[in-house]
Amino acid sequence: MPEGKPETIFDVVDKAGMLVQKGRIKVPYTWAAGKVASKFLVGLRDERRIYGIRCPECKTVFVPPKKLCHKCMVEMSEWVELGDEGVLETFTIVHYGEPTVHPVQPPFAYGVVKLERADTGMVHLIGEADLASLEEGQRVRAVFNDIRRGHYLDIKYFKPV
Amino acid sequence: MARRTAIVGIGQTYHCARRDDVNGQELINEAVTRALEDAGLTMKDIDAIVIGNMDHFEAINYVDGWSVDGSGAFMRPIMKLTTGGTSGMTVATAGYYHVASGFFDVVLAIGWEMNSSSDTTAAITTCCQPLIERDFFAGAIGPLAAEYTAYIKRFGATEEDAALVSVRDHNNALNNPHAHLRTRITVEDVMKSPVLCYPIKLLDMCPRSDGACALIYACEGKAEKLAPRPAWVHTIAGSRDFVYMGEPFQHEELITLERASARAYKRAGITDPLKEIDVMELYLPASTTGVKWMESLWVCGRGEAPRLIREGVFNMDGQLPVNPSGGPLATNPIGATAMIRVGEAALQIMGKAGDRQVPNVRTALATAFGSCSWSDVTILRDTKP
Ligand SMILES: [Zn+2]
Repeated sequence: MPEGKPETIFDVVDKAGMLVQKGRIKVPYTWAAGKVASKFLVGLRDERRIYGIRCPECKTVFVPPKKLCHKCMVEMSEWVELGDEGVLETFTIVHYGEPTVHPVQPPFAYGVVKLERADTGMVHLIGEADLASLEEGQRVRAVFNDIRRGHYLDIKYFKPV
Repeated sequence: MARRTAIVGIGQTYHCARRDDVNGQELINEAVTRALEDAGLTMKDIDAIVIGNMDHFEAINYVDGWSVDGSGAFMRPIMKLTTGGTSGMTVATAGYYHVASGFFDVVLAIGWEMNSSSDTTAAITTCCQPLIERDFFAGAIGPLAAEYTAYIKRFGATEEDAALVSVRDHNNALNNPHAHLRTRITVEDVMKSPVLCYPIKLLDMCPRSDGACALIYACEGKAEKLAPRPAWVHTIAGSRDFVYMGEPFQHEELITLERASARAYKRAGITDPLKEIDVMELYLPASTTGVKWMESLWVCGRGEAPRLIREGVFNMDGQLPVNPSGGPLATNPIGATAMIRVGEAALQIMGKAGDRQVPNVRTALATAFGSCSWSDVTILRDTKP
């Protein structure tokens, strides 16, 4: 986008007399993680550990952790330290690029990883893997970034073990 | 007790990848005008309006007010509803609620989308929790691909089974003058199309369309006068589930659809949907869902859908035709997509589906889907509930 131009409309295209205006709305947001997710994210950042949380009623261990169990509508507070290894439950290999969203270039794999001691799956990237030979049920382990900032992607990806 | 309510008018635009000749209000008006014509009504006869779309797709956040030029809502009550992919059926449901409640007699429901206004996949990604899954979730394709991967593994289904669904729906669309994609395709075409997210290929996935749909609901006493064969609403049921994609552990099933359809069948007195339902208009965002979700609609047992699909049970000449219109694989103006399912089901009941008409339809079912992973079900009949 050219410097100094208004950001909402920056181009007008004439398509055989039908005009279309190209624009962009850039809106900065500030998203609160909340107390529960903050503890999870700090765990990734400071301890390279993955924490889940257990529902006092149905005993489900959720990861990523959240404050409320959607089934029982109760607050959860019992933290469970999970292993950094788990099973790849299912996956897909992404072949199209979505540069404004995807953190990596296609082709790449992501899937649902069920960690030890967790009852829910964790969606994440699969790395250091031969994509053609990925299989459901194979064991994977979390690889952490060297520089971590309290973000879900402090886990770089899960790699086959 | 709810008032008996029927659909008496249906209007659709034609659908295509982009309409540069109209703006959103004008697009909406095309569907509204056709629905009014279909019911033999004018705006004077409309008591209230409900409208919806995916508002972040056009970056217009008060469609209720903004659409007045096209919707006819000037000095009338109008409300906006948006629930993601299910928006079209949510709006249709609200149209029904408005009439069934007794507050309004004749109500206009509008679903619309100009997908060409934005990057659908980037916009859809805003449905994800911003701090957790948004980065790589990126649209609807990946999760649908991952769930079919799990289904293949568990039940021995194939990519070709999904391709058969794609061929069925695309070729059905040849009979639908409103459809966006109207090209005859083969299983080989699907298998050779570029992989988007393994195992989903380009021809397995719905397009993005510009278009609109409008339905007119009327109460008992008026409906019979407005339509020779009104499509009576027998039941509507919906279910919502989780926030994170990793949470449901049965990726092979769609639990929300199982629960919603079971509830709908119970209320409509249906015990054997394969035999008792004459046609289904299903919100199938990918051909893969046309395999595994059949089980979630209770038309067969777990793992049996591939066999029924290979046998052609859901083809136009099969026992239970699915998507005579071509479904979302042929036409997908997202905020209207689910309403089109209801509208097409109503056309089948009313006997007005033209070249895509299934003979002797008495009971029709429509579904809606939104990720992650919501389901709505509507059952219409030619008889009053
Ligand atoms: Zn619980």
